[in-house]
Amino acid sequence: MCLAIPGQIVELASGGHLATVEVSKVRRTINIDLLEPPAAPGEWVLIHVGFAMSRISAEEAAEQLRLLAMLGEDAQAMAELDGYRFDEPLGRRPS
Amino acid sequence: MKFVDEFRDPRLIRQASEEIRRLADPSRHYRVMEVCGGHTHAIYRFALADLLPPNIELVHGPGCPVCVLPMGRIDDGLSLVDRHGVIFTTFGDVMRVPGRRGSPLEHQARGAEIRMVYSPLDALKLAREHPDRQVVFFAIGFETTAPSTALTVKRARELAVTNFSVFSNHVTILPAIRAILDSPDMRLDAFIGPGHVSTVIGARPYAFIARDYRKPVVIAGFEPLDLLQSIVMILRQLQSGRAEIENQYNRTVPWDGNLPALRALADVFELRPYFEWRGLGFISQSALRLRPDYAPWDAEARFGVPGIQVTDPKAAQCGEVLKGVLKPHQCKLFARECTPELPVGALMVSSEGACAAYFNYVHRRSAATAG
Repeated sequence: MCLAIPGQIVELASGGHLATVEVSKVRRTINIDLLEPPAAPGEWVLIHVGFAMSRISAEEAAEQLRLLAMLGEDAQAMAELDGYRFDEPLGRRPS
Repeated sequence: MKFVDEFRDPRLIRQASEEIRRLADPSRHYRVMEVCGGHTHAIYRFALADLLPPNIELVHGPGCPVCVLPMGRIDDGLSLVDRHGVIFTTFGDVMRVPGRRGSPLEHQARGAEIRMVYSPLDALKLAREHPDRQVVFFAIGFETTAPSTALTVKRARELAVTNFSVFSNHVTILPAIRAILDSPDMRLDAFIGPGHVSTVIGARPYAFIARDYRKPVVIAGFEPLDLLQSIVMILRQLQSGRAEIENQYNRTVPWDGNLPALRALADVFELRPYFEWRGLGFISQSALRLRPDYAPWDAEARFGVPGIQVTDPKAAQCGEVLKGVLKPHQCKLFARECTPELPVGALMVSSEGACAAYFNYVHRRSAATAG
């Protein structure tokens, strides 16, 4: 829950609030309302529980990925990123 | 120093380690608290104590959200499933935390509707998919996760989702630090300040620790070198008689914090008059509940909860470990009745808990060496 996952913003969603990020070739949607000024494609951010919390450099993002791997938390971080479901249209994943 | 070679820059690590040995006064014993559970995890994982002289003691702080949550709150949250038939959602870290009648995971195994989510927005989504059911998000965390809960509640109001509510266990770090500073057995010399909490609250709010208690605070990143550098900065302050707030994690922590996050917190939450912390007791103004404006999304206001009080198992010494009075392995249950597979206390559940970190990196390693 306190994992900080680095991701690169690749596209902003049209309705505001959300953006697509890419981490290690996985693309997921996150919320970007906590970034001021607003995020732009190409920027790297640190993600907590589905929200971009701060901007970081590409180098810091690489360091953070390495740190997650050394802490044995990289698989958990990717599972978390992969687990975000709030962008999908309602009803796509009935449960 | 077996891990030094896998560090990003072993030369800098050795330099920092030597600098610490040079600065530390051999006639003194230093007690430095790392507040954040993420730091505790990194310290054990990288065996940083091996790089420090023996008179520098790292004391593990209260910054692990599931570790400081009293057992009664888990039971209160689960009572909503039993009594009101809600769908209970929470983060993975909470799933294995024992309540009096089992953890959320054990309730799930018995057929209760309990779902793990990765984001509060996932819980809101679930509510929209199940308009005929009440969905409760069991929210937990310090200022790192509280803004996400706040924005999710605002989003629920915007979308007029009426079957979603939050059971807030959000806590704030500064009153806990103050409580530790005020406790009579306090013997700390300085603090390593939390990295990610500080990206939200900034460095400024720590000023009272230096001003009123004359203790240095250095906010640190999570890499081994970050932590060693923060100890160098602390020793330099202590040596020159300074007590200041310094920011080693400058690259991510702004002095004033994250303003949109602070606005969201202020809009949605207010301070509770008091809240119980496991091991630390009741601390005033230390936790967040939803403001009355948001009462329809407040699970406690909507359903009412029994307010269960549970005393920790007598033999478990979670409180002493949380306050830094005991090291994890000095607890009577450590590695016997209490293990990461079958935890008795929450400190053994989360990877950020001192007991789990100690078990995984010190206990297992020495067991492997002995075997």
